[in-house]
Amino acid sequence: MSSQDRFRDKTVIRALIRKIADKKKRLPSPSRIMEICGTHTMTIHRFGLQSLLEDAGVDMVSGPGCPVCITPGEVHEAAIRLVTERENFVLATFGDMTRVPTRLGSLQKTTPARKSAVKIIYSPEESLEFARRNRDTEVVFFGVGFETTIPSIALMAKSAAGEKLGNYSILSALWVIPPPLRAILTSGEVKISGFLYPGHVSAIIGEKPYEFIAREFGYPGVIAGFEPVDILLGIVSILDQLAEGRPIVANEYTRVVRPEGNPVALSLMKSMLEPKDAVWRGLGVIPDSGLKLRPEYGAYDAERKYAIQVKARGADLPGCRCGEILRGVLSPDKCPLFGKKCTPESPQGPCMVSFEGACLVHFKYRGIRR
Amino acid sequence: MCLAIPSKVIEIDPEGKTGKIDYLGTKVKANFALLEDVRLGDWVIVHAGFAISRLDEDDARETLDMLREIAEKSI
Repeated sequence: MSSQDRFRDKTVIRALIRKIADKKKRLPSPSRIMEICGTHTMTIHRFGLQSLLEDAGVDMVSGPGCPVCITPGEVHEAAIRLVTERENFVLATFGDMTRVPTRLGSLQKTTPARKSAVKIIYSPEESLEFARRNRDTEVVFFGVGFETTIPSIALMAKSAAGEKLGNYSILSALWVIPPPLRAILTSGEVKISGFLYPGHVSAIIGEKPYEFIAREFGYPGVIAGFEPVDILLGIVSILDQLAEGRPIVANEYTRVVRPEGNPVALSLMKSMLEPKDAVWRGLGVIPDSGLKLRPEYGAYDAERKYAIQVKARGADLPGCRCGEILRGVLSPDKCPLFGKKCTPESPQGPCMVSFEGACLVHFKYRGIRR
Repeated sequence: MCLAIPSKVIEIDPEGKTGKIDYLGTKVKANFALLEDVRLGDWVIVHAGFAISRLDEDDARETLDMLREIAEKSI
């Protein structure tokens, strides 16, 4: 059995589910755990853990863990405007981003201006390489991501500045995970008993940024990996913390996540970026929840370079309830558009577009419940 | 999207910042600038072309031993 198979081993999964059911029986209140990462959402549904856990008495609810989804509609629209209004211009971005529907259509369906194009990339490096090879074309990298992706985007700005690459800039939609968790807890809108913290965001930021959740709010939490067994071990830890009444930031993903995170990535982020108050779709303005390039790198900040003013309110298309889904107050299948007007072929909001979007994950792995 | 599966470093360019990884049998380009001192044979987690963390093999082995124990006990 390969090590990956062991993390998906049915015997282990069954044993852990039994353990979870046992521990849950001894807890007085219902257990509802929010997973913050879209890839956790995917594992939970892809491997059928949602219903196994439901039977064991634990409900899982998805949080704002999809960067494509929480990026407000107005930011997507700004990208569409750039490539439709400017000639000899290339907007490079990740595939998911091109399919997000807005009031102006999507990047995929829009008609770019003369000699302009939308270029789909897998790694931020491809955007920089393209700009190097096409010096007479303006290249904007529409970079979206949480702390997992942010260091690589910051490195692009650093390289561009080092090379004085004048035709390259970044339209950034960079989001940091801990502030929205504070917002969710402060609003009290959704009842949860603990958090499953994102494994790879944590590989960058480490354990400390979550400590306020245990200390100030008294909620247990655990950093977990992405295999089914990782998630179940995380849930065991949360139930133990609840039983003992001792909330902490546990780390069940120590093979990848160091307590201090990734110091190289953190120092790069600090040197290139500074915090800003940002609007999250569904959550509104959250203090210090976004990052932008420091003023000394302003030449590589597309918002500055092209004098773009994004007045973000987090607009959803009519009927789309992605915002509520991102807050964890609505389950995708309760949205009237889900599986009817809104499908992966014809998405009405980003939650049905992104591989990490809760609606797409529900659609793929749970089907449509009528 | 966060790919959970670690990849093995199989090539490192002379300047040490880029190279290739083996991802489930496929040779893929990767950037190592976010990690210190990457070596051939290291297992890394790669996200959007960038290695963001090194897998601690001893730690992984301990977890696997624990899982093996859970599996054996429950049979």
